[in-house]
Amino acid sequence: MSLGSVPLKYRIQIDRQQCMQCMRCVYNCSYGVFREEDDGNILIDSRKCTACHRCISMCPRDAINLSEHPVDYRSHPLWTPQAREDVINQSRSGRIVLAGMGNAKDYPIIYDRLVLDACQVTNPSIDPLREPMELRTYLGQKPSKLDIRKQENGEIKLNTKLSPNLELQTPIMIGHMSYGAISLNAQLSLAKAAAKTGTYMGTGEGGLHKDIYPYQDNVIVQVASGRFGVDINYLDRGAAIEIKIGQGAKPGIGGHLPGEKVCTDVSCTRMIPAGSDAISPAPHHDIYSIEDLAQLVRGLKEATEWKKPVFVKIAAVHNVAAVAAGIARSSADAVVIDGFRGGTGAAPKVFRDNVGIPIEAAIASVDQKLNDQGIRNKVSVIASGGIRNSADIAKSIALGADAVYIGTAALISMGCRVCGNCYRGLCPWGIATQREDLVSRLDPEVESEHVANLIKSWTLELSELMGAAGINSIESLRGNRSRLRGYMLDEGTLDVLQVKPVGA
Amino acid sequence: MCGIIGVIDRQKQKMNGSGIKEALSLMNERGSGEGAGYAAYGIYPDFEDCYALHIFFDNLVEPKSKVDDIIQKWGRVVHQEEIPTKEQPNLKRSHVPWRYFFKPYTDLMTGSLTPDEDIVKYLVMEINSSTIEGALVFSSGKNMGVFKAAGWPEDVANFYKIDEYEGYIWLAHNRYPTNTPGWWGGAHPFNLLNWSVVHNGEITSYGTNQRYVESNGYQCTMYTDTEVVAYLFDLLGRHHELPSEIIVKAMAPPFWDEIDEMNDKERELNKAIRLTYGPALMNGPFAIVVATHDGIVGFTDRIKLRPLVVGEHGSRLYISSEEAAIRTMDPQVEDIHMPGAGEPVIGRVVT
Ligand code: SF4
Ligand code: SF4
Repeated sequence: MSLGSVPLKYRIQIDRQQCMQCMRCVYNCSYGVFREEDDGNILIDSRKCTACHRCISMCPRDAINLSEHPVDYRSHPLWTPQAREDVINQSRSGRIVLAGMGNAKDYPIIYDRLVLDACQVTNPSIDPLREPMELRTYLGQKPSKLDIRKQENGEIKLNTKLSPNLELQTPIMIGHMSYGAISLNAQLSLAKAAAKTGTYMGTGEGGLHKDIYPYQDNVIVQVASGRFGVDINYLDRGAAIEIKIGQGAKPGIGGHLPGEKVCTDVSCTRMIPAGSDAISPAPHHDIYSIEDLAQLVRGLKEATEWKKPVFVKIAAVHNVAAVAAGIARSSADAVVIDGFRGGTGAAPKVFRDNVGIPIEAAIASVDQKLNDQGIRNKVSVIASGGIRNSADIAKSIALGADAVYIGTAALISMGCRVCGNCYRGLCPWGIATQREDLVSRLDPEVESEHVANLIKSWTLELSELMGAAGINSIESLRGNRSRLRGYMLDEGTLDVLQVKPVGA
Repeated sequence: MCGIIGVIDRQKQKMNGSGIKEALSLMNERGSGEGAGYAAYGIYPDFEDCYALHIFFDNLVEPKSKVDDIIQKWGRVVHQEEIPTKEQPNLKRSHVPWRYFFKPYTDLMTGSLTPDEDIVKYLVMEINSSTIEGALVFSSGKNMGVFKAAGWPEDVANFYKIDEYEGYIWLAHNRYPTNTPGWWGGAHPFNLLNWSVVHNGEITSYGTNQRYVESNGYQCTMYTDTEVVAYLFDLLGRHHELPSEIIVKAMAPPFWDEIDEMNDKERELNKAIRLTYGPALMNGPFAIVVATHDGIVGFTDRIKLRPLVVGEHGSRLYISSEEAAIRTMDPQVEDIHMPGAGEPVIGRVVT
């Protein structure tokens, strides 16, 4: 007996009266939903649809309609359609279910249960249009105190030397997405946007393509367990180096770039044979404990003459705070924590949806632990994983982060519709694909402008939020949990966040 | 709102409290009759090398015996007495103000470069962080003392017989409370060791500053933002040994735009201060006067959202919310001016 097919995920319909048969949908859909017949009719295969919205956004007549879950299952609170379909699919394939983008389970979103503060009467709010508003952020180690002496002649002398820090004009950076996982045009757009807005973007573990060289001063190069694309030239070009230990979407496991995505150019940049699967092992095979990590940090610093900050990225797992404290004790300059909502090109669904903790709790507990141990100054804390707007950023900073990485949001600003099919390499927006015709749809000039606009508008909103709270410098928002209140958060969570409930 | 005034005689000539009482009462428009206080330096010449611990006791039975116990473990009480007061019709006596003249046993605090101060600081934190109910240390410096209560400035002054104390530095504060009305502990000045602070304003960066001092061993127990200023001064001044103008720079630094324009050396210094002491930066509207044994410093927030006026006359330097208050205290005052935003005004003892 066959298991038969599972019901359609999406149904695509064309309003034939509206349609002018321009065939844009046929041309634009890389998943093959639309087919033009000899008689000029358009045939639709809804089963292939991923809800990437490319056709809908290109249709000049708004003739296309998409509906989700057009076929009902018998409703059941435990056996959701998703649960049933995964069982059916796995019984058929005997494989791990892959999924793209971030955690898709319906966990409560802590950000949405935190509210920010504003001034009334007793202290004036500050108008960012009239008064300076400082968002400049420095990432890296800070001394715990300065040795400043007043000399006989009254002159002030500074005897402390600062370690290298990255200077950001806004606390928003663009997270690591590798060339390979995304297209060169997509990466180029991100790099240009970072340069335009005075911030940084990450290379991911895909090496640094020579087309990105002009923007290298705004690029953080990543060293991950596969060591793809890593050589001294690569390290020297980056403004900072990031060691990737783990990733919020799939803590504890490695990465896998299918051979189909490894074209000649990707293979050269990654320094691997074309067409071969690029597999990053789960652990770094030279890091089996915290002191090994400390060695790698030192090694990378030594190689780059102690001129560059080195970051360490970890997934937000249960004991993230203790791990971060260990990292702070190495010579690392920043710890990046990636929450369980962090996006990804491809991850086993069981990991994406079930492993790790929310970024909000991770920031709070890391900041608290570092503070308790008196070593908060030794590392900057960078938060990532599921940051959707400027309020999320303000809340992250108030919980204790120095800066954030955005990933999915930056992709959305280039067209991505979070369809979650990145691992298939057919992204019709030219983002998560290496197919030349698709990549050429993405114009780096135009898209870098969109990404830069997003960063600029969030920066403006951050200034407004700060001004309303009577704060004119980002460091006074950092860790300022007294400007947050929790709304309908349970006591345990409030305790971890060290935030009072609303009204208190 | 709140009104503040501070005065130093740089030659250490003493003034009794009558002048500052009058000056403070003049600023009653800035208060609400729910809190006022004074700090004076040089008032206990007979117990010069003792820490004068001023404590509010809810009663003299249980809290006091507990405090006696812990204090006597850590040092010797040279003298103790109830702080002399005179009943005032408009002032409700909520606590018994008491003072100990105390010498710590320095060998008890190991691993500290300033063991006597660290013992006193430890005792203050210990008693105040509610381990001892009904006792609150509100002053802990040497040869100085804070006198405060809930009431109008003149009533508080008369209650403590302020006229009878002679000091070379005075601070005073007239409170319009929003946070902890009517609580004696909530009145200013706030003090730790030799640092005393009067503050007009609200610190919007309180949460950040609080976390910073707490990670450095202080405990915020007064439910108000001002105490954090005293702790910051103690941390940056006593532990980090920063000159006072640098402490002010850390708390109210120049803007980045200004720093970018400086010469290399200045830029390096200011950048280092902002990077290192970012969590000590105080945001929000404020005017503050801080005193310690050898001087006073007044400054405002970086965009001067609260008033601060300076006056000089011979060896006297006045810093206040209002020019009129200074003129009340010293009608002959010369050279009245207004410092810029974040600019420190420093008066040092010259001997
Ligand atoms: S894009 Fe719209 S108008 Fe053009 S063929 Fe498709 S449905 Fe018709
Ligand atoms: S980037 Fe991924 S999620 Fe976004 S549209 Fe392309 S395939 Fe879909």
